[in-house]
Amino acid sequence: MQNNVNERRVISVIVKNESSVLARVTALFAGRGYNIESLTVAPIPNSDMSHMSIETNGSAKVMEQITKQLHKLIPVYKVIEHEEMIEKEMVLAKFPIAENLSDISVLSAAYNGGVVNVGKEMIIVMVADEPKRIKHFIDAAQRYNPVEIIRGGVVAIER
Amino acid sequence: MRQMSGAQMVCEAIIAEGVKTVFGYPGGAIMHVYDEIYKQKGFKHILNRHEQASVHAADGYARATGEVGVAMVTSGPGFTNAVTGLATAYMDSIPLVVISGQVPTSLIGTDGFQEIDAVGISRPCTKHNFLVRSLEELPRILKEAFYIARSGRPGPVLVDIPKDITVAIGMFEYPNRVEIPTYKPTYKGNAKQIEKAVRAIKDAKKPLLYIGGGVVLSNAYEEVRALAEKTQIPVVETLMARGVMGANSPLLIGMLGMHGSYASNMAMSETDLVISLGARFDDRVTGKLSEFAKYADIIHVDIDAANIGKLVDVDYPIVGDVKQVLEVMLPQLDGVETERYEAWRKILRRYDELHPLSYVDSNEVIKPQWVIERVGELVGKDAIITSDVGQHQMWAAQHYPFDRPRQWINSGGLGTMGFGFPAAMGAKMAFPDKTVINVTGDGSILMNMQELVTAAEYKIPVINLILNNHFLGMVRQWQTFFYEKRYSETDLSFQPNWKALAEACGGIGYDITTKEEFDTALKDAIKQDKVCFMNVAVDRFEDVLPMVPAGGALFNMLLPKTEKSDGEA
Repeated sequence: MQNNVNERRVISVIVKNESSVLARVTALFAGRGYNIESLTVAPIPNSDMSHMSIETNGSAKVMEQITKQLHKLIPVYKVIEHEEMIEKEMVLAKFPIAENLSDISVLSAAYNGGVVNVGKEMIIVMVADEPKRIKHFIDAAQRYNPVEIIRGGVVAIER
Repeated sequence: MRQMSGAQMVCEAIIAEGVKTVFGYPGGAIMHVYDEIYKQKGFKHILNRHEQASVHAADGYARATGEVGVAMVTSGPGFTNAVTGLATAYMDSIPLVVISGQVPTSLIGTDGFQEIDAVGISRPCTKHNFLVRSLEELPRILKEAFYIARSGRPGPVLVDIPKDITVAIGMFEYPNRVEIPTYKPTYKGNAKQIEKAVRAIKDAKKPLLYIGGGVVLSNAYEEVRALAEKTQIPVVETLMARGVMGANSPLLIGMLGMHGSYASNMAMSETDLVISLGARFDDRVTGKLSEFAKYADIIHVDIDAANIGKLVDVDYPIVGDVKQVLEVMLPQLDGVETERYEAWRKILRRYDELHPLSYVDSNEVIKPQWVIERVGELVGKDAIITSDVGQHQMWAAQHYPFDRPRQWINSGGLGTMGFGFPAAMGAKMAFPDKTVINVTGDGSILMNMQELVTAAEYKIPVINLILNNHFLGMVRQWQTFFYEKRYSETDLSFQPNWKALAEACGGIGYDITTKEEFDTALKDAIKQDKVCFMNVAVDRFEDVLPMVPAGGALFNMLLPKTEKSDGEA
């Protein structure tokens, strides 16, 4: 990673699961001018900690500052700058029932997903895949006139 | 374990922490705590006349003693008035615990009377903050607040307590230890890194010790002095480190930065090894970064890892407490060849002879630099000097013979006008036997002048030395240099009657226009048990020099005009 080149990075932040901890993390990004592309947070099972996955971008120098500044927050336990990671993102997408349902079903299956709900007017699918492939899915989905597409944000785990 | 109210717990914690003076201002949400303050005898409470002054006073107390300062305010406007104080302490890493009242838990989020999101507002200007959610967690939070404030890189901590929690009754036992798994400051430097740094020092030809406020915070001045002595490496101090080496140290080159001495700034520009101890490469120190210490490798010792590599690339990063790192480093420097650096010391001595810190004195008008020097001659190492922000601050930093750390108290990071007077009161409360002088200007002093009443009431006899040039002098100076003398909103020709103003509030006023009057007034003021304003008419258009224009390289200084030079470097 070169010093001045902006690169997409995913970091995991392990924080104490307490009120306002999310605000502390996001306020740090806002206050110091760092970007957040996506952010997910949920409690870690059987612990009093939560796991945040933050997708961001910046130069190596900026990434170093982000990591160090996050570390300074009192409720932050650990910051992991992912190198060798598995990352996944979930997407929910809603299509009109009048579209080609079998196409939509095959499409979602191709991206590790499937149909999760069929109503009178709409069909909803879920897919979960690598962020790059998620972009492909969203491109491919366009021809079926999606009514709504909701991205879940990246979650990552070190290999 | 005793049963008591939340308000009582707050007082018990303050007493248990050994705090002798609390500065504050009551109001609706904090009234239960004030009711307990009324009943207790463990600490004294000073009623400032503005919450900002309360926090600055607690800050001055903390800077003078090295202990945690405590301020107490009510919710809403009480808290928002305290924000400047929090930010000031945050930027200079000063340990404070500020207790703020909050509307009752049931009203939070309803836009209640005097409700404001205190933890939200103070998040970026505190080291940490707490909104207390239950009485059960109050003792732990109070303990953690003091611990967080003083440990690691110190800083202010806010504890926001809803009114119902101060009323509620529960069992109290002040914890005797703190367990925060997510907060483990690093004190010990990495041994390998220290070894490498020592080797770099031994290999250098032109090393330079660059000393910052962290040395004061870590009480490491004896180790720093020992390091300089042992190696005979020359030293430059930042604004926040004045006094660490002592004015008479032959190794002290001076203060560096925007208004640093010629020799100090040239030393930084030509050194081949910067040994940075508790300094953070602030823009007022470095000038243009790409030209800063261009020929040097950099050793950076800092307790805050985020400071290392933030602005300049560092060759020898050492995360740790300066004192502890130097304790390890010093024995490794046994037998260092001090002669090695003699040529370098000679160069710096020559730079200092070429352009010493100087001004042209006058018999017609009092020069502000003369005032500072004269105060130094009269009260020297015994006094504590605080300052506000502007030209007077820089003249004090340049010309006062500071002899020990914690003698010089000023708002370096945030640059808060109005800091000096309440900070002086805090220092005076901690050291009642010392002369405490706030060097200020006719702009700054008005920003917390209501404290005349506080200081008069409690007989806190601090001296406010007003270097009065009828200008917001520092802004005026920039307007002279960079805005073609368009003095937009900096002319303070309309002045209060300073003597009468001081007297109206129960203090003493001195109007001074000659050097003789100054000597007489200062000697008189020191003897008084009353707060005073010393209004000294100084040269209106005196500039603070040398000056590195903002964003310029350190070696490009505007210098004072003398017989030898025309003011260009």
